[in-house]
Amino acid sequence: MTTATLAPDRSATRRSARGGRRLDRYSGLGLGVAMLWFSLLVLIPLTAVVVTASEGGWGGFWDAVTNEQTAAAIRLTVGTALGVTVVNVVMGTLIAWVLVRDRFFGKRLLEILIDIPFALPTIVAGLVLLSLYGPESPLGIDVHNTRIAVFLAFLFVTLPFIVRTVQPVLAELDREVEEAAASLGASRFTTFRRIILPSLTPAIAAGAALSFARGVSEYGSLVLLSGNLPMRTEVTSVRILSSIENDNLDNASAVAAVLLAISFAVIVILDIIQRRVIRRG
Amino acid sequence: MSIEISNVSKRFGSFVALDDVSVSIPSGQLTALLGPSGGGKSTLLRIIAGLEQADSGSVRIEGVDATGLPPQKRNVGFVFQHYAAFKHMSVRRNVAFGLEIRRRPKAEIRERVDELLRLVHLEQFGDRLPAQLSGGQRQRMALARALAVEPTVLLLDEPFGALDAKVRKELRDWLRRLHDEVHVTTVFVTHDQEEALEVADEIVVINDGRIEQIGTPDELYDAPANDFVMRFLGPVTQLGDQLVRPHDLVIHTGDPEPGAVTGQVSRITRIGFEIRVEVTTGDQVVVVTLTRTRFRALDIEEGRRCGSGWRPRRSLTRCASVEEARCRSRHAVTTPSGR
Repeated sequence: MTTATLAPDRSATRRSARGGRRLDRYSGLGLGVAMLWFSLLVLIPLTAVVVTASEGGWGGFWDAVTNEQTAAAIRLTVGTALGVTVVNVVMGTLIAWVLVRDRFFGKRLLEILIDIPFALPTIVAGLVLLSLYGPESPLGIDVHNTRIAVFLAFLFVTLPFIVRTVQPVLAELDREVEEAAASLGASRFTTFRRIILPSLTPAIAAGAALSFARGVSEYGSLVLLSGNLPMRTEVTSVRILSSIENDNLDNASAVAAVLLAISFAVIVILDIIQRRVIRRG
Repeated sequence: MSIEISNVSKRFGSFVALDDVSVSIPSGQLTALLGPSGGGKSTLLRIIAGLEQADSGSVRIEGVDATGLPPQKRNVGFVFQHYAAFKHMSVRRNVAFGLEIRRRPKAEIRERVDELLRLVHLEQFGDRLPAQLSGGQRQRMALARALAVEPTVLLLDEPFGALDAKVRKELRDWLRRLHDEVHVTTVFVTHDQEEALEVADEIVVINDGRIEQIGTPDELYDAPANDFVMRFLGPVTQLGDQLVRPHDLVIHTGDPEPGAVTGQVSRITRIGFEIRVEVTTGDQVVVVTLTRTRFRALDIEEGRRCGSGWRPRRSLTRCASVEEARCRSRHAVTTPSGR
């Protein structure tokens, strides 16, 4: 969840850089407390990771990252997290749409069920997934020890993010705007693409960033089902843990630093995409 | 006839919004759908636009049966009370939207948008976002957007309802002038009788899902079909068991004239240029409005006891029969009880 807490940082720096307005005593105090809190919880630990990673020197860092097994884990984790995020962008928006716009039997129940992946300890989720899609699957679907298991686990834990970010924005949308577009001749698809989507994009982007970050950091829900096979189904969090268990902290920090950089890049890219979509309308 | 509505009914659950409504709206005119809120006028407008489906009945626009057509195919321009602006698009792109949907050439779109922005006096605001405009400007933008597609009919749903009184009056005058310029068949919904009387060529009074009366502002004001229309179109006061307009009554002091009703002046209020006099006759309070000049001539000031008889200024046949009683009047301040 590192990246979730990155969001306030971006707006805070942007504001102080742009504002130039002098802070009064209370907002100064507020900013101070926020920064202190943020530093203790996020900035200092992150810096520590980067510092530890750089202790072995550039060569050590490079060796750690390009280690075949580590590189495979990074590729798998980032690739799967991206794939899952793309699926979530579509499915999450769709589910949010259904929840807001349609009336059906069991809607309230679905509303509650959506949040289960939030509420469940991830290892419980892992257990559920194992019993459903493991070797003794009652459905006859066995994805145990495959990359699909990783994908499935990511999907499960990241499901609520986009639904929950898009849903309130969608509920607040002015229906008359869509009617205006319709009476001007826009088909439902055009109305969605040119009118609704630009309004939803910031929410979708925020949800996508959360979803990606959660995927990259996932551990509990996949360890049981994926089998953690080196070069095949081992993800970075597992790789980092095993590095630490082998007393190789430098290696673990190097992988962590890479993940940090990738997550940051993804969030920045999402922000850029979001601005583009809004401007294009 | 431009819009032909035949036997249209619409229910929302158990609420009857429209009950077998038929009305013909003439081409090239400005027609007002007037009535209290919840009376069904907006529903009728939305049915014409295709934003709502009638449960039964039919809608024809310029001779084409539009009953089953989706809003996209009706070629109507619709303006909403709360602007329904495309918030993420500049004013220009809002106005251009309908033309872009119709895939007109870029140069043509640019030209047409310029022309429309001039028409609604927003030339300098083309690159702004709707949020950077005032309410009145936003509504003018919405109007330009609706006019851009050269609609067969222009429909406005309480277009000035969200604006403050002054802007509302300006836009009302402006809409009238615009209509004289553009001449597109226009239907607008309002609950404000003054707005309807001032702007419309024809008024359709709708109440409780039914049409009460259709006519020109003069016809409706001078010959209301029933008490509802009379009450809704302007101030009324009860004289005996008849409704009359307060400014159609005159007050006499001195000897009562034959046929007049006598009473006591119980209250005098000045509202701007007019004076409101309340006369108590028996158990009724009749309201009369006078100009200040007439009021001065009558000389019914504080502290003076004087009789006043009164009768309708116009030959209102509706009232003639009840003016047999006589009334004497004293000033409210001298006899606070009014009797």
